[in-house]
Amino acid sequence: MTTAAAPQAAPHAGHAPMGFWRKYIFSTDHKIIGIQFLFVSLFFLLVGGFLAMQIRWQLGFPGRPMPGGGILPETMAPGGVILPEYYIQLVTMHGTFMVFFAIMPLLVGVFANFLIPLKLGAHDMAFPRINMWSFWTAFLAGMIMLAGFFVPDGAARAGWTSYAPLSARPDLSGASYGQMLWCISLVCLGLSSILGSLNYITTVINNRAPGMTWFRMPLSVWALFITAILGLLALPVLSGAAIMLLFDQTIGTHFFDPAAGGQALLWQHLFWFFGHPEVYILILPAMGMVSDIIANGSRKPIFGYHSMVFAIVGIAFLGWMVWGHHMFVSGMNPTLGSTFMVSTLIIAVPSAIKVFNWMGTMWRGNLHFHVPMLNAVGFVAMFVIGGLSGIYMAATPLDMFIHDTYFIVAHIHYVLFGGSLFALFGAITYWYPKMFGRVMSERWGKIHFWLTLLFYNCTFFPMHIYGMGGAMRRIYDPTQYDFLKPYQPLNQFITISAFLLFATQLIFFVNFWWSLFKGKKAEQNPWHDNGLEWTLPSPAPHGNWERVPTVYRGPYEFSSPEVAEDYLPQTRKLPTDREPVLAPVAGD
Amino acid sequence: MTHAAVAASAMRPPFPAERGVDVYNKKLGMWVFLGSEVMFFTALIGSYVILRFGAPGPWALPGKVLNIPVTAFNTFLLICSSVSMVKAYAAIANGDQKWLKIWFGLTILCGAGFVSVQAYEYTHLIHHGFLPSGYRDGSELAELAAANPVMYGQAVAGLYGSTFFTMTGFHGFHVTCGVISMLYLYVTRVLPGKYTKDDHAGVEVVGLYWHFVDLVWIILFTIVYLI
Repeated sequence: MTTAAAPQAAPHAGHAPMGFWRKYIFSTDHKIIGIQFLFVSLFFLLVGGFLAMQIRWQLGFPGRPMPGGGILPETMAPGGVILPEYYIQLVTMHGTFMVFFAIMPLLVGVFANFLIPLKLGAHDMAFPRINMWSFWTAFLAGMIMLAGFFVPDGAARAGWTSYAPLSARPDLSGASYGQMLWCISLVCLGLSSILGSLNYITTVINNRAPGMTWFRMPLSVWALFITAILGLLALPVLSGAAIMLLFDQTIGTHFFDPAAGGQALLWQHLFWFFGHPEVYILILPAMGMVSDIIANGSRKPIFGYHSMVFAIVGIAFLGWMVWGHHMFVSGMNPTLGSTFMVSTLIIAVPSAIKVFNWMGTMWRGNLHFHVPMLNAVGFVAMFVIGGLSGIYMAATPLDMFIHDTYFIVAHIHYVLFGGSLFALFGAITYWYPKMFGRVMSERWGKIHFWLTLLFYNCTFFPMHIYGMGGAMRRIYDPTQYDFLKPYQPLNQFITISAFLLFATQLIFFVNFWWSLFKGKKAEQNPWHDNGLEWTLPSPAPHGNWERVPTVYRGPYEFSSPEVAEDYLPQTRKLPTDREPVLAPVAGD
Repeated sequence: MTHAAVAASAMRPPFPAERGVDVYNKKLGMWVFLGSEVMFFTALIGSYVILRFGAPGPWALPGKVLNIPVTAFNTFLLICSSVSMVKAYAAIANGDQKWLKIWFGLTILCGAGFVSVQAYEYTHLIHHGFLPSGYRDGSELAELAAANPVMYGQAVAGLYGSTFFTMTGFHGFHVTCGVISMLYLYVTRVLPGKYTKDDHAGVEVVGLYWHFVDLVWIILFTIVYLI
């Protein structure tokens, strides 16, 4: 980084032209890096979706040859019939890809990179080159994970949580290389997230434009900032745990092997100590971006801005002391269980603050249901369902009954798909013009939203019922249990809905790619928003601003009586506004 | 960095930004990175504490398997390197190129010495039969442990090996990274005399990292070797 202080590295619009490789592949421009993350994580979203479809086929029609499954090798699906060994790989890799390589990079990799400098009025990230390394490490991690399918014995088989000792001993899991690649990949991913997070944190603290005080930052930036702190402190714990697991598999250590005095429960504690903050890494940025979109779609200032910020901080803080609620049935001390139950229930308070504030924002607003707004409102509705079932299962006695059933599967998909992914569809549509200079099709966006909402609920809502009926997650063939036989028609309904849901997502992908080349040219501020990014041309140039803008107000001044338009950009100076005063630099 | 023309000194916060903390980017970034390093070592050390105090048998007594005098010398070496790092920083803060070269070079030498002694220690231990998986069957250590199962913590030798090699190994890896980056700075910046009284961010930032690695070692030496 030391050489980057040379004058020619100062990036602004008059930047010297660069070759294709420097501009699009090994780019240090935060916007290009965000777009790189977007393409790669959409690819992994598709991969995760394909795996999910195979899982659904097996659950709906166990033992029947899968259409097109004939292309899979004998070791996975002879004649298209999914083998149990392949099924557990599907379950493991679906979870791993979706959590670590689709949702997390989509939220953090794409939007923290793209939005933080644009919304704060910075030329770029604090450390552009570290930012580039962060992307390429994540890419490498994804490729290593994907390689699992192509090694002898296939991919990892211990579930996305990789519980020991199953994951630690190849003789138990039946996959040696796959489990190792899983660990190596997550260590790489951890490194990538740490590099990204330290960049985001430094940028937010130090590189804000004049006048952009802490409480004038958009909620999306607040959420991404707090998320970066979570990622910075949680990912190293996962890396440490994954390294120990890798050593157990390779050089014969005994961390998680009870036969030699190790503790299998230690893995669960380490994993969930990372895992619960991770849950909030996967939802807080979505909440932040939804706040921006709902204020825009309601043409009203966000309701309770400060309480929104404190709710984000509160959720993040509480997120560190609730990991035990994933382990109520692990044999943990029941008294400790009660503590985790109480702390978990307390998280409902800041979450409810956010939901009521979103409703308060929409209340009597001048509602514009554009595609991002539809998806944002869809997010709030689905998050309420997922959040309520979360409170429900936080109660230890209840969780004992529904633990490891499809009820939990329904819950996680309500918060991750219904929550994060709806927010992402909204956010991608919303910032697409600033990324690519074109607008995604409004009509197809609306069709995609309504069909997704319908099929999504048809897919995941019945899973609550199925789970209450006792269906365990990760079972290969539900028809071998008598008590699950009456649920098989429901299971087939879920499977058909899931196929339709997947087909609907193709609308989004086609819309995305079609608009990239043929979409309507975007104007500078297509959503009439106040944020700093909308003062730039679409797409924004390398280096963003010729001169750093000055900020005079917060980002949610919609329908202000002081101006004729129903929005008031943060950079517009009214006669009553004063210039921000900078504190003197130390040593001057 | 983005305003190279404006900011004559790389050690000032970027201008004209709304200032959060009065610290320049590289230093703040290093502090933030060290926060994540704390969590990484906490995961390793926390696992060690849980495994050791939940172990099904007694732990090996201090000094039975590990060579404490050699490692104590190594600890001394690392502490000396921290002192010389402080002296190097103080020298360049006064604009003294000559003593920067001497003290910074000494830091690198001490760091490299630490890694070398650790490599010697590892080969020695492995030769005697101490492995990440425990005491090697038929080795000198395995025979001693069979004669004195309590003193040598025979029942939990596997945990002893696992935690010892993982913790000290990752610390050694961090020291190695530090030595390599210091060597890089020494060749590209210190020897050509590129650091000045007003711009010596590299020395300060790598110094922060170096002090952190030193601090971790003092904790590790205490809990792994002495108790």
